[in-house]
Amino acid sequence: MTAEEATTPQVERPPASVAGPWGWARANLFSTPWNTFLTLASIAVLGWALPPALDWLIFNAVWGHVKPEVCKQADGACWAFISEKYRLILFGRYPFKEQWRPVLAVCALIAMIIFSCNRRFWRAWLGAVWLAGLAIFGTLMWGGVFGLMPVETNLWGGLPLTLILAVVGVVVAFPLSILLALGRRSRMPIVRSFSVAYIELIRGVPLISLLFMASFMLPLFLPNTIKINALLRAQVAIIMFTAAYLAEVVRGGLQSIPKGQYEAAQALGLGFGQMMWKVVLPQAIRAVIPPIVNTFIGMFKDTSLVAIVSLTDLLLATKQAISDPNWRAFFIEGYVFVAFIYFIFCFFMSKYSQHLEKSLRAGERR
Amino acid sequence: MMFRHLVGAAVAAVFAVVGLSGAAQAGATLDAIKKKGFIQCGVNTGLAGFSVADSQGAWTGLDVDICKAIAAAVFGDANAVKYTPTNAQQRFTALTSGEVDILSRNTTWTLTRDASLGMMFTGVTYYDGQGFMVPKSAKIKSAKELKGATVCVQTGTTTELNLADFARANKLNIKPVVFESLEESKVAFFGGRCKAYTTDASGLASIRSKDAPNPDDYLILPELISKEPLGPAVRRDDVEWFTLVKWVLYALGEAEESGITSANVNEMKSSADPNIQRLLGALGDMGQKLGVDNAWAFNAIKQVGNYGEIFERNVGQKTPLHLARGLNATWKNGGLMYAMPVR
Repeated sequence: MTAEEATTPQVERPPASVAGPWGWARANLFSTPWNTFLTLASIAVLGWALPPALDWLIFNAVWGHVKPEVCKQADGACWAFISEKYRLILFGRYPFKEQWRPVLAVCALIAMIIFSCNRRFWRAWLGAVWLAGLAIFGTLMWGGVFGLMPVETNLWGGLPLTLILAVVGVVVAFPLSILLALGRRSRMPIVRSFSVAYIELIRGVPLISLLFMASFMLPLFLPNTIKINALLRAQVAIIMFTAAYLAEVVRGGLQSIPKGQYEAAQALGLGFGQMMWKVVLPQAIRAVIPPIVNTFIGMFKDTSLVAIVSLTDLLLATKQAISDPNWRAFFIEGYVFVAFIYFIFCFFMSKYSQHLEKSLRAGERR
Repeated sequence: MMFRHLVGAAVAAVFAVVGLSGAAQAGATLDAIKKKGFIQCGVNTGLAGFSVADSQGAWTGLDVDICKAIAAAVFGDANAVKYTPTNAQQRFTALTSGEVDILSRNTTWTLTRDASLGMMFTGVTYYDGQGFMVPKSAKIKSAKELKGATVCVQTGTTTELNLADFARANKLNIKPVVFESLEESKVAFFGGRCKAYTTDASGLASIRSKDAPNPDDYLILPELISKEPLGPAVRRDDVEWFTLVKWVLYALGEAEESGITSANVNEMKSSADPNIQRLLGALGDMGQKLGVDNAWAFNAIKQVGNYGEIFERNVGQKTPLHLARGLNATWKNGGLMYAMPVR
């Protein structure tokens, strides 16, 4: 017995069956026979699937720079394929010696996104930060100034292309969708009919056909002198498509706001703009954060469809890496690698939306 | 795939219009190419040996080298090419809409494409044909023995249609098992899902050597069930450009027939043979007749090599594709490659 225990009165510890890890397991994993069964079944599935998966992914895998022949001998994944091709996968056909530029550009973009996630920075000057960030991204990628070699957009590829399509898509589509949602609920017949027609038309066709129209039908109808950049055409198609979907989500949020809120705002003498900006939209958007993020995640992954119009996004760059006859036996490794990249971004978005929901609801918690 | 058919129909309709209206302007493409200083070349997004981006993102392959040779002929610089990767559905639109100047993308020369899509084929750079591969354990020696067999095939190309035609013509009742991508179809075949695998012969050899668990367990059947002459195509708006591309192909073939290679082209320029002198620009004004420099063929051969060199470098026996020359040998060696006389 130590001195401390001797002086303080004996406190009865809770029995092991209630507290501690065993108690937690009893309460959560084995509380009922059905729960016990589910727990055991899950453990069985994990025990069956995890060891071979880990063997393939890690323990039997081939790492580092080796020849494809070495990989053929191994039972596990051939990560040497990724070591050989990661620059093609991540940056596409961007000039090899200039690839430090897309690295910096992607870092700048990601840093800007992380910076913007903090609610304390949600001020008007954040718009200026974004303009600056996008300008840095564009300067690095395009070049042509400060002694940087100019690089045309048809050589952009991989992660920077996927990210810029997604980020610009979100940033432009979101305000557009709010306007469309307000337009659809407007009492002005022309504005309303336009919004309805736009939303229904765009939602009525698949993104692939929109991309196809923008990229290959449009140039057939335009005179030969007018050439619109292929990346821009795909970007506009993605923005139009995302805006239509988001508009319906935002409209759902608007409809959830009780009429009393509008009346209260009007009674305070607020104009339409102030009423929307200060009273209605903050509540409406907050109510629909999960479906908005859902749309963003879907859109992020939909950017891979630009492969059909031959923009070398992350997925098409991976396919190009796989088409090397020396390495094409290891296509699964290639797809696992990009799936992992997509997962990181989507998981981040999903986690952030949960965090945002919680912090925005702080006032409602008791 | 209803969508694909609809798009196809719409595209064909637009082609018809563009084809008619484009015919009037002559020389437009070649002039524009000279002005901008490079050739915009439509290639495959990724096909081993024909057009594939290497680990550093640079394009290599037989189709790519054809574009390089043309750039060397026009500008004296084989690197004056920009590449647009295209997939099977969009390749013709990319050409007719002016997105690319030339489509060098393992495209089969057929009547429909030549006559009704607003484009012209300039020649054949690879004579291909559709074949079959079977496991040796199946004891099949001829495609005619594939009665009632399941055959793995990739969708969206003429391969699937050829298989159906072949089965119907020979009353074989073949059951096609269709896959969207090359990887899926290969995995299925080597996994034993089908009795036979069909694709172009150029693909079969490399799939056997690179993807089979043990290449010796598989046999490529002798029959080719279709003719697949692959070659570059240009838009129908510029006969001069068409003629130039056609003659660069002939020049590469003629160089091989006369024994001119990228290594000996400098010495060959002072050859006593007037045919060689004409080809390499030492005699006559062949280049000027085509609207380019007289050293057009010299530059193409020096920088890219003759047809035989291009073949061996990209798809030949020393490459992963292990293709024999076969039909693609010169006519002197029993193949079909026959260059028209440069004079």
